[in-house]
Amino acid sequence: MRRIDIIQGFRDGTPIALGYFAVAFSLGIIAKQAGLTAAIGFVSSFFTRASAGEYGVYTLVAAQAAYVEIVAMCLVANLRYMLMSAALSQKIAPDTSWVHRVLMACCVTDEIFGISIARQTYCPPAYTYSAALISTLFWASGCAAGIIAGGMLPTNIVAALSVALYGMFLAIIMPPARDDRYVLYAVIASFVLSGACSITPMVSNWSSGTRTIVLTILISAVAAWLKPVTVEEAHG
Amino acid sequence: MDKHSIIICILLAIITTNLIRVVPMLLIKGQINNRFLRSFLYYVPYVTLAVMTFPSMIQTTISPLSGSVALVVGIIAAWRRMGLFPVAAICCAIVYLMDSLI
Repeated sequence: MRRIDIIQGFRDGTPIALGYFAVAFSLGIIAKQAGLTAAIGFVSSFFTRASAGEYGVYTLVAAQAAYVEIVAMCLVANLRYMLMSAALSQKIAPDTSWVHRVLMACCVTDEIFGISIARQTYCPPAYTYSAALISTLFWASGCAAGIIAGGMLPTNIVAALSVALYGMFLAIIMPPARDDRYVLYAVIASFVLSGACSITPMVSNWSSGTRTIVLTILISAVAAWLKPVTVEEAHG
Repeated sequence: MDKHSIIICILLAIITTNLIRVVPMLLIKGQINNRFLRSFLYYVPYVTLAVMTFPSMIQTTISPLSGSVALVVGIIAAWRRMGLFPVAAICCAIVYLMDSLI
């Protein structure tokens, strides 16, 4: 574990942590309605780390749903993590032990995945761990704070903090799109199709998790078919 | 729902969500040689982040206008390689100012 990786992980994890706190805070308000105490909310968020998935679970708990529905919800809402984990597996140095691989997989969230795959050429485990640690602590604390003090933070502050995540997404996808115009085309196609899906009848009823999975598989498959990458490109 | 059932629900959610993350990692040993699969996984990160950003970014703000301006300025700042924290901070500041003033 190199010290520099740990420091960079904390540095890049900090803006994620702030965004997480705001999102988890609003999640806590829903968790409270489902009957979760602050302690259970903290533990739940610490070990799940899934915004849409947790949202789905808490609304199901509030609706007295069956256990099988909880599992089904987790599978559908978090299916994108399967793709992310598969993609991240290609960003881990070949000689890395399976323990690190499993732990890094457990760290996968939209944002931690995003900054981890942005590392060149391979992502060091220490970087992912430190970014995941600080962001998860804020995520779990935000959820607990939302359960305790839900509704006390002004909505304009919550709204402003919640775009921090999207700002980071842009910072991750734009530089590679500038370097590789096929990535740029894929990003543009993603924006256009995602926007179209949110207003198209029937399709707009999909959850954002479902939309993410369907469009990710579709657009990435078409891009891979039209412009396959060479071994060097896939690493750089 | 009583406290006992809530805890079972939470445990199920924790186990399921982490299994989803771990299983692909354990199944894929080393580097993938299939060219299509490699290319597919190369595009996945960018596509999935782009899909999650739009249109959610302009739906989460109080007025769609503030989210849209933050999106455009964020794209320009990111294009100029300003880094994660600066881009995120610029987007937050734009939304806070526009939602508070308008």
